[in-house]
Amino acid sequence: MEQTIDIDWQKIDDIIDRYNSNKEALLMILQDINELYNFVPPECVPIVADKLGVRQSHIYSMATFYKTISLEPRGKYIVNVCTGTACHVRGAERIIEALEDRLNIKPHETTEDGMFTLETVRCLGCCASGPVIMINKDIHGGLDRSSVLNIIDDYKDNAS
Amino acid sequence: MHFQDIKERAISQWETMQNSPTPRILVGMGTCGRAAGGEDIFDTLSREIQDQNIKCDLIQVGCIGLCYAEPLIEVVKPGKPSVFYGNLTPELTAEIVKDYLAGDDPRPDLALGTRGEGTLEGIPKLFDLPVLRSQVRISLRNCGNINPESIDPYIANGGFQGLERALGMKRQEVIDEIKQSGLRGRGGAGFPAGVKWQFCYDAPGDTKYVICNADEGDPGAFMDRSLLEGDPFSVLEGIVIGSYAMGASVAYIYIRAEYPLAIQRLVSAIEQMENYGLLGENIMESGVDIHIKIKEGAGAFVCGEETALMASIEGSRGMPRPRPPFPAQSGLWGKPTNINNVETWSNVPIILQNGADWYAGYGTEKSKGTKNFSLAGKVNRTGLIEVPMGITLREIVYEIGGGIPEGKELKAIQTGGPSGGFIPTNLLDLSVDYESLAEAGSIMGSGGMVIMDEDTCMVDTAKFFLSFTHAESCGKCVPCRCGTKQMLDILEDITNGEGRPGDIELLEELAQSLKNSALCGLGQTAPNPVLTSLEYFRNEYEEHIFKKRCVALHCKNLVSFYILPDKCTGCGKCARKCPVEAIAGGKRMVHVIDQSKCIKCGTCFDVCPSKFSAVVKVSGETVEVPSEPIPVKKKEKAKE
Repeated sequence: MEQTIDIDWQKIDDIIDRYNSNKEALLMILQDINELYNFVPPECVPIVADKLGVRQSHIYSMATFYKTISLEPRGKYIVNVCTGTACHVRGAERIIEALEDRLNIKPHETTEDGMFTLETVRCLGCCASGPVIMINKDIHGGLDRSSVLNIIDDYKDNAS
Repeated sequence: MHFQDIKERAISQWETMQNSPTPRILVGMGTCGRAAGGEDIFDTLSREIQDQNIKCDLIQVGCIGLCYAEPLIEVVKPGKPSVFYGNLTPELTAEIVKDYLAGDDPRPDLALGTRGEGTLEGIPKLFDLPVLRSQVRISLRNCGNINPESIDPYIANGGFQGLERALGMKRQEVIDEIKQSGLRGRGGAGFPAGVKWQFCYDAPGDTKYVICNADEGDPGAFMDRSLLEGDPFSVLEGIVIGSYAMGASVAYIYIRAEYPLAIQRLVSAIEQMENYGLLGENIMESGVDIHIKIKEGAGAFVCGEETALMASIEGSRGMPRPRPPFPAQSGLWGKPTNINNVETWSNVPIILQNGADWYAGYGTEKSKGTKNFSLAGKVNRTGLIEVPMGITLREIVYEIGGGIPEGKELKAIQTGGPSGGFIPTNLLDLSVDYESLAEAGSIMGSGGMVIMDEDTCMVDTAKFFLSFTHAESCGKCVPCRCGTKQMLDILEDITNGEGRPGDIELLEELAQSLKNSALCGLGQTAPNPVLTSLEYFRNEYEEHIFKKRCVALHCKNLVSFYILPDKCTGCGKCARKCPVEAIAGGKRMVHVIDQSKCIKCGTCFDVCPSKFSAVVKVSGETVEVPSEPIPVKKKEKAKE
């Protein structure tokens, strides 16, 4: 998916200032930028490196190590399917299959309209309600093929 | 304000609330409650109360542990025991408001149980129910009882009395108290907490750090999330006591970013503690300064390993390093550091408050106190439980958990997540303590307990864990990076029906070398699920390899679907839904699946109406069916 975004440099500065340009806070800074745009635009890397006094390679090494940080644009809604043990034995695979069919993407991909990114997550800690998905910060539990598709349709309707 | 004054005010507020003539409703709003629709229930309650002009307080609480019954509410009316209602819908909630809140009918048909003094006809006492009868709530003492977003209810229920006592003791005396209590690290390894504290205390240096490991990463475990959401103050109080005892002035909480609600509650709790002088400078006017900082993890399982966790806090990739030096000598930024997990910390204040001997009165000789487990998977009553050490697995599965759904057979209990193992049904009477579980080849772990029934394929589940550890391996050491990959490849082959003689032996060899040579706990324990499934379920591996049969009918490449000619009525549902047009048929014709086209998705099996049940799923055998569609035999109606 190709997408150009206008980066609000003031906001990036604010984030870095919030942590007093402390290089220990690099991960938190990347997380905050990630939250702002749903990914870390690579244009930000030299700026962050400069302000924190770290090498760009260090920032890339961090961004590629931690799973919640993305260097590629992601959708408006990030659909995290829990694949923890409890969800696995209760059919998480079929939830993923249903979402793949409906959204026409594989895990870690984003729909062409930039609406949804499909991700898997190791455990959301809602094992008792499995299978579970988290869309942005909202949790939906006790799912099956049809109920998960209804939820996706609701998000689509709300967006349009 | 002195703590004494704060305490008195909090207690009087609490008592006023308890004796208030205004009814109140506690709504379970942990992540599990929200996942089940708790927010809808909360909104319904607010609306109904307003519409009907009823005076009533609504309070959000954490998880009481009965996750299977979420959404859950507790209705408290003055002069009566409170009533719990579970599995609510907005409609049922409205009925309860009308009948019990506005009226006087407690609706025994909808109630789960009562709590508090007195009884209500037709409703059992909640803590007499099998699910709660054998539980002992020490670590979870406040979860579901108090509003986790406000400090006063915590103080009114004994909060910070442990800290108050600790600050009046010498540092060494506090450590001795923890040693004497027998508390062992609840993160999995079970190292005695007091001894660990002593190492850090004894280490030379003025700057020391204390860390709370809240990077709960085991798939199938949610104890720490529930605890942080339901009672953040107890964890924070424990950290402050530990920091004082070891002489640390800065403590860190390393928490998963996937737990936004827990983070939010911690942030608010820290602020409230600072406002009351229970955290920050000069705590309780003792001259002691302790600060707590929150660091968010970012989705790397290996960061649960203590050296990796510290690297992550320092702002690097979370990769482990060899030990020694141990963190107690050289930890965060090279300073003496102590790490304990959330549950361990939550036990500390109550040990200080009630004394070490009181705590040591629970549990077994070597495993004292209680342990939290998240009971999940194929069990009727899933939830967060706290049980005394020494309870049997049978009591957990059948009494607390209520057995296996749909009358199926229990096959195995998985403890310890990807580092743990499977325990078979013949060990159901095993005592739950560190030593017994290790002897059985598994580990206590942090408390994930996933129940597996006859439909679970053990080879597939071992593969599931291996694929997890393989994906989460940081890649630093070769045994883990390559060993998990090789083991995973073999398991893939076996579950795909391409297993070869000798695969089992090769797996065992790889498992042993990984165990002996990996750098950190992640790699060393990664083979455990394979080793225990080989020990107790070797026949399943053999059947996959030699008979190409998956007894649980789970492994796709080893199952086939057939349509039974004497049951098919030619309704055509399966053919219409088949995604690859592998089913031939026609009106009133017996349908036939083209095995060469079938992708084994199971859609035909699901959509065939249960009154016909014409589609069967088999493994390792063939079923005699016509090679092409034939007319459905007319059934002769029985006329008598």
